[in-house]
Amino acid sequence: MRGLLANRKARLGLGLLAVIAVLAIAGPWFAHDPLAYLGDPLEAPSARHWLGTTGQGQDVLAQTLVGARLTLGVGFVTGLLVLIIGALIGGTAGYLGGRVDDLFTLLINVFLVMPGLPLMVVIAAWLPPGPLTMMGVMVLTGWSWNARVLRSQVLTLRNRDFVAAAVVSGEPAWRVVVVEILPNMASLLASAFIGATIYAIGAQVGLEFLGLGDLSLVTWGTNLYWATNDAALITGSWWTFVPTGLGVALTGFALSLINFGIDEVTNPRLAATRHVAGPPRSTPVMREEP
Amino acid sequence: MISTLRASAGFLLRRLGFYGLAGFVALTLNFLIPRLMPGDPATVMFARFQGELEPEAIDALREAFGLTDAPMWEQYLQYLTALSQGDLGLSVAYFPAPVTEVIGVALLWTVLLAGVAVVLAFGLGSGLGALAAWRRNGLLDQIAPPLLSFLGAFPYFWLAMAAAWIFGFQLGWFPLRHAYDAGLDPGFTWAFISSVISHAVLPAGTMVLAALGGWLLAMRNTMVGVLGEDFITYAQARGLPSRRVWLHYAVRNAMMPNLTGFGMALGFVLSGALLTEIVFAYPGQGYLLINAVLAQDYPLMQGLFLTITIAVLGANWLVDCMTVVIDPRTRT
Repeated sequence: MRGLLANRKARLGLGLLAVIAVLAIAGPWFAHDPLAYLGDPLEAPSARHWLGTTGQGQDVLAQTLVGARLTLGVGFVTGLLVLIIGALIGGTAGYLGGRVDDLFTLLINVFLVMPGLPLMVVIAAWLPPGPLTMMGVMVLTGWSWNARVLRSQVLTLRNRDFVAAAVVSGEPAWRVVVVEILPNMASLLASAFIGATIYAIGAQVGLEFLGLGDLSLVTWGTNLYWATNDAALITGSWWTFVPTGLGVALTGFALSLINFGIDEVTNPRLAATRHVAGPPRSTPVMREEP
Repeated sequence: MISTLRASAGFLLRRLGFYGLAGFVALTLNFLIPRLMPGDPATVMFARFQGELEPEAIDALREAFGLTDAPMWEQYLQYLTALSQGDLGLSVAYFPAPVTEVIGVALLWTVLLAGVAVVLAFGLGSGLGALAAWRRNGLLDQIAPPLLSFLGAFPYFWLAMAAAWIFGFQLGWFPLRHAYDAGLDPGFTWAFISSVISHAVLPAGTMVLAALGGWLLAMRNTMVGVLGEDFITYAQARGLPSRRVWLHYAVRNAMMPNLTGFGMALGFVLSGALLTEIVFAYPGQGYLLINAVLAQDYPLMQGLFLTITIAVLGANWLVDCMTVVIDPRTRT
């Protein structure tokens, strides 16, 4: 963790994420009621409505802040669920090996190759709209990537001497996995969780943009749904979709920065400043030219 | 020579078998999802028709959609037989047009748009990534990765909305909606083709922009690893021209993981393409998808899921064919 804080990208990402989190948690207490009709439709930003109003005269700033809460909440919980399921399936496959591994790998690959969005739409359309449906659908279609990454890591760790020693000394399988293997892949688990959260936020916003969310709730996805439905593009009212989009992008960017930081801290080659290879420079037999 | 040919064919056949299996899982999911959901699928599906249709007509529809009281396996067999005859049922939104007919032309537009965008993003991103890693800490390496990963953090369809607003609405450089001017007849005429191209610039451009960063970073990071290998140092020590070391030694090896990722990213990019199409009212699969969601047209949704899955599986197999050509290791 200290190594992570020393990394410039990770520090920037964590800082940005902290600001967004504070806005999402505390912002709604200070903002207007996001669903109240407070002004004329599609008012441009002004002193009264800092980010203008929607096509139904609701305050855009309030909708952006309140939307952040539910979207980020669902995003992080889904990210965690995706991580847990991916780790369970990938870990089991990698640790047990043999037939079980073959079967699970096949399952993982099948789910990896299936396009996510249409599958999510097909399932979500049959279920009552809402955050729970959203989470279930995203977990069902999103676990395979993490399972694949974590499986190969467990597979390499399983063959290390210290794991073999633990097995020989009679430790039960669950203890070998939980105490010996998992702590040694902490950084991978962290970046898998972040990756899953980025995926969950994106997928959720996309599905709700399609109109598959609970339209009575205020989330970033429904904000964008209403923006297009209220003809934001044709009337040129950019303020109805720019703040929400920036929110999604800044969150995703902050999370990616943390992931780049983790990558650089754990993979020294990426951070190395020494010359690895590149266009050849003259052999320094003679003194270098100034 | 013959043995390598046989090995390549074996590899491609194994992959084909895998895609066949994946396709079969998709088919089965498609069959099971409505039947596993709470409630009676037929009642949900025909809720739109309540009051408009006689009960007998609804019974006939049930029959047509295979939602009978027959045991599950019998329904499954009926479903597979219907599919093998290219029958995906009737669309509810475009009733009584068959789903295959509704999807037909739309699939072409999506494949065109997404195909061009994916190939452009992959080529440009990998190329730039290879350059950035080669000139480590150069100007490109400093600017492109953070800028493009910031752009990549925006949802595809949001970039599309922003581009539509700036270049379509404010500047008026490109048309805002549809795939070609309404007044034109589709055909191989210059007027039609140029209209198609100018309509595709914004949707394809935003998709390229959103996907570019991922390819660039993946390629750059693999390149950095490859450039640290001994064979690169050796090639440089032998005094090979630097372009040759870059292209034939470093890029060729670093390409492989990216190419494998290409197949998997395809589904993701296609999902982005569907949402982008909605913003531009592009007459592809995505546009049908939102209409299907709005009209609760379940047969159409499921038909879209199936055709998109099959398109992705097919494209994956094409990528495998390319891998065989590029990577000699798959041939042994």
